[in-house]
Amino acid sequence: MSTVAEGLLYSKSHEWVKVEDGIAIIGVSDFAQKEMGDITYVDVPDVDDEFEKEEEFGALESVKASSDLYCPVSGVVVEVNEEVVDQPELVNADAYANWIIKVKMADESELDDLLDAAAYKELIGE
Amino acid sequence: MENEVMKQTCLYDNHVALGAKMSPFAGFIMPIQYSGITEEHLAVRQHVGMFDVSHMGEVFISGPDAERFVNHIFTNEIRGYEAGKILYGMMLYADGGVVDDLLVYREAEPNHFLLVVNASNIDKDYAWMKEQSEGFDVEIDNQSDQWGQIAVQGPKAEDVVVELLHHDDEIRNLGFYEYFRADGLIISRTGYTGEDGFEIYASVDVTKRLWDAFLTAGVTPCGLGCRDTLRFEAGLPLYGDELSADISPIMAGLGMFCKLDKEEFIGKDALVSQKNHGTPKKLVGIEVFDRAIPRAGYPVELEDGTEVGVVTTGYHSISLDKSICFALVDTSCSSLDTPLYVRIRRKVFPGKVVKKRFYQTNYKK
Repeated sequence: MSTVAEGLLYSKSHEWVKVEDGIAIIGVSDFAQKEMGDITYVDVPDVDDEFEKEEEFGALESVKASSDLYCPVSGVVVEVNEEVVDQPELVNADAYANWIIKVKMADESELDDLLDAAAYKELIGE
Repeated sequence: MENEVMKQTCLYDNHVALGAKMSPFAGFIMPIQYSGITEEHLAVRQHVGMFDVSHMGEVFISGPDAERFVNHIFTNEIRGYEAGKILYGMMLYADGGVVDDLLVYREAEPNHFLLVVNASNIDKDYAWMKEQSEGFDVEIDNQSDQWGQIAVQGPKAEDVVVELLHHDDEIRNLGFYEYFRADGLIISRTGYTGEDGFEIYASVDVTKRLWDAFLTAGVTPCGLGCRDTLRFEAGLPLYGDELSADISPIMAGLGMFCKLDKEEFIGKDALVSQKNHGTPKKLVGIEVFDRAIPRAGYPVELEDGTEVGVVTTGYHSISLDKSICFALVDTSCSSLDTPLYVRIRRKVFPGKVVKKRFYQTNYKK
């Protein structure tokens, strides 16, 4: 059983988005971190890298597998969470408190394509 | 694959009861992990863990020509090896490609051998042996479904095996790659982890009882996830990744298990030629100077971007805290310390060629 935080938006590829002043704060869901198991490496982009919606921006790695991360919205990376780069296990400890990147959105209307907590719960069957 | 009927080992219910994450492997539904790969890996390195390896194949060969036949299909030299000894080696195609890598047990009774083969290759191997046996007076008996097998591995393996199976002197005096039979069991000082340990072959019913007894004795149940991280660190190949119909033992650096001074064996001529003329590719170890993980299939490059090979297995090593991999690369860039680069997703990471035995193994002397 994984938790789905209320008030966030979710992608079908299990990233979450929290919007603050035109900036999308992006992380992965509790469901995603549980599926991965012990996360040993977080591969992040550089600040100023630009991504299209649903483009691969990084990856999580566990001992056994790697899982690509997809950008839920188009935009430019304005900040990378160096704490999760140094301590990947933080994502396991609390997937919602530990964001991965912040993106300045190019088109806020793309948020309409994301799922709310209720729809995401349905997607993961909880 | 999804529609293929997956076989279960005799310990399937035990794994499910323990809450293991189950996944298909080699035609079997197998436990990948219980508590977690890292925890299980460290249990084997520091204490003792056990693996259900009942999926492995057991083929018994007997008959007047058994010794000559086994020596014909096997790369290592079994002549002069006494009863109770075990040899590692390969069965090869005529072109030097590998049918399988396996263990050969020489039984006490003359001209009796047990061949232990990879689960994924049981049917192929059995068919291959039958095909090659024409003209030899041998009986080839595939008993894979009748045997369970538990691998008990780690520095405390000897104590716990003695505690449960008794036969104190026989177990404690057993050398690496030796075995004995007792009470219907085959007790073998072998393994696939780089640690001291035992592989215990038993009937299906006894295997279930042994598993529970080891569990009660405090042995950590371990899945195939850490079996792979452990064997990889110890520099041991996995058929399909580091050995295959396309990757010969010479390419894989396992020439020491192929006795080219033997009178004959299938594939010998090809290996002699490979040894004399070299092979275009060689298997190497690579250390990547980053936490990024080189996974199977990732390209290996030179500084200028020329692709020179591919990763076969890679991890961020649990015991060594380094990102390391096996890779099959052009022989021209296979010598120690050669700078090589691994392309991991969008980036290229520098590294260098290192010895394949990444971890200092702790076998019984």
